[in-house]
Amino acid sequence: MTKLKEIYDYRQMIISLVRRDLRGRYKASALGFLWTFINPLCQILVYTFVFQFIMRTGIEQFYVFLISGMIPWIFFSTAVGAGTTCVKNQSEMVKKIYFPREVLPISFVTSAFINMLFCFVMIFAVILISGRGFNVLALLFLPIVMIIEYIMALGFTMIVSGLTIYFRDMEHIVGVIMMAWIYLTPIMYTVDMVPKNLRGVYFANPMTPVIQAYQQILYYEEIPAMKTLLLAGGFGLVVLIIGVYAFRKMSRNFAEEL
Amino acid sequence: MNTENAIEVRNMKKKFKVYFDKGHMLKECLIFANRNKHEDRWVLNGVSFDIKKGEAVGLIGKNGCGKSTTLKLLNRIIYPNEGTVEINGKVSSLIELGAGFHEDMTGRENIYINASIFGLTKKEIDERLDDIIRFSELEEYIDNPVRTYSSGMYMRLAFSVAINVDADVLLIDEILAVGDVNFQEKCFQKLRDVKRNGTTIVIVSHALSQVEKICDRAIWIEKGLIKEDGAPREICKKYLESMEYDRLERAEQEYVMQKKEEEEKKLQEKAEREQKRKEEEKARQQEIEKKKQEEEKKKKDEQKRKLNLTCRDICKQCGPDARREGTGEVVFTKVRLLNGDREECQKFKTGDEMIIEIEYEKKVDTDIKGSVSVCITRADWIYCAGFSVKLENGKEIPFKNHGTLELKINELTLLKEKYMLDFIIETTESKLDTLYSLVQFEVETFNKHSSGVNIIAHSWNMDGKKVEQMRYESEEI
Repeated sequence: MTKLKEIYDYRQMIISLVRRDLRGRYKASALGFLWTFINPLCQILVYTFVFQFIMRTGIEQFYVFLISGMIPWIFFSTAVGAGTTCVKNQSEMVKKIYFPREVLPISFVTSAFINMLFCFVMIFAVILISGRGFNVLALLFLPIVMIIEYIMALGFTMIVSGLTIYFRDMEHIVGVIMMAWIYLTPIMYTVDMVPKNLRGVYFANPMTPVIQAYQQILYYEEIPAMKTLLLAGGFGLVVLIIGVYAFRKMSRNFAEEL
Repeated sequence: MNTENAIEVRNMKKKFKVYFDKGHMLKECLIFANRNKHEDRWVLNGVSFDIKKGEAVGLIGKNGCGKSTTLKLLNRIIYPNEGTVEINGKVSSLIELGAGFHEDMTGRENIYINASIFGLTKKEIDERLDDIIRFSELEEYIDNPVRTYSSGMYMRLAFSVAINVDADVLLIDEILAVGDVNFQEKCFQKLRDVKRNGTTIVIVSHALSQVEKICDRAIWIEKGLIKEDGAPREICKKYLESMEYDRLERAEQEYVMQKKEEEEKKLQEKAEREQKRKEEEKARQQEIEKKKQEEEKKKKDEQKRKLNLTCRDICKQCGPDARREGTGEVVFTKVRLLNGDREECQKFKTGDEMIIEIEYEKKVDTDIKGSVSVCITRADWIYCAGFSVKLENGKEIPFKNHGTLELKINELTLLKEKYMLDFIIETTESKLDTLYSLVQFEVETFNKHSSGVNIIAHSWNMDGKKVEQMRYESEEI
């Protein structure tokens, strides 16, 4: 509890680091902040091309389905994948200054999260262009799903960023896992397409209910199923609790291990 | 915890693991279970101290004695293996300056980032912003990106942020070398202000004068334990003396090693020579002659070298830079630097008596006339004084087989600095034995009536009335 208060006292540091990250990232590049959009857009174009014209999935207006799962996924994979090094990259600071170490993963995940919020503008634009409407009531659930995903991403990032300090291989391992994970999550297909005997595995994947909730709200225009939400929220909390606990254990020796 | 204390440290111990070959990769950790192949190095072996609120404490000690580790422990960057550290209030550190600076962002934006890392909220930073900018003297450049700053400007900005945090406890590690002389002076002023406002300060520094200037108390750490704790002036003096002692001891060790090596070399040479002799027996007489010549040459070289290596033989107080050369007909055999009580001494106060004892030996049978001189040179190579027997009475002295000389300086008028002594035996034609920088000595000055190289007796008259000379008892700030 005192830790929580301390992190609250350091809120300005989180804000500063997030701002520095968002503003600093594209500062020297010609297109600047536009890259936030260009990068996922290109990814979505490639997948749409492959899955709509070559390996047909048969999902109606596939690009809308894809974008509603893909943008949240990109947030998650950036937060966890690139977040593995978020403590290691600040080693100078960690070795020389005291601050609650939790600030580093929190600000990293937050900055990726804000990037996702910007990208949601793109999602809404695509939905409008596609001629599909919105279910306003369902949209009210969007923030809840986002918070659940944020919590889950934070939990995972805390675990992997702490482990990276002890085992430098972690960052490559996480890279491989994230690559496989995107295909094991129903982003480019629906769970119905998965053979029945394999579905159990899908529900062991904590990202499945999260992505499903996004798709329900944005693509199917319906209020997410309570079961999906509870499952996602449950997963999120468990991951966060493990993350916070593990990170605190590990962070005591950061300065020595770096 | 006692409420009067800002810091309480109890039996703090800290060890570091020193890995012989650290495996950071998962593979290595899994395959080589001998990741545990490390050595525990205890850096702190049980340190306890209390620091009162508003006190300024300097931690001094040799490299690697554990003082920086202590500071890190106080800062909670690392944690002790045993014992406890308790701190009352908010801690700020001047250990890493400019943490989190982003090159492409302006000075102003970086102030926000940097200050937030010290745990300030936006409101608190807003309040301090003007102070920080004013203190850094960067008003004109504050909205330029930091990458356009010179390194001095960068450090000034960073220092200004750190010093304006207003913590209850301020930890400083050897960083008072920021910017030009004016800015440094300003930093000192600010530190004194901070101290006056009741902030507790802990400084790690090798610059003892800084410690003496700022601190009320010094803690001398050696080998992970507190060796002395007390008034800075006293502790710093003891520490310096101990350092000097260490240096002499090391020089002694080096000397012994050198001597050993030489002996080994001689033994080796002897063995070689014996072997050679056996070979020679077989060889022709011409070769024998040739070799004899070579050997003679070798002997001569050896003699030369011997002259160079014996500085230490003739003077125990021999300094590290001592050099010796000369033709060697008459040589010094003993040199001693003494104080008024005739004890060997290398630390003097201005006004002290100084005695230099010299013994020499004539190595040849012919009569030689010449002179002996002693010169004093300041550490920055300013020639301060020279004394020559020949110039003293206008005649050259005939050297005896064994002779002694004594130079007595009744009142040393040199001011605070380090000095070196040169010794010369010479004839009008050549230098027979010269000892450059043989002995170093230090002079302390408590009297501020003169400045420069030495004291010149003088008096001031103001409006026809003599100005009284103040009595200085000790060094003032």
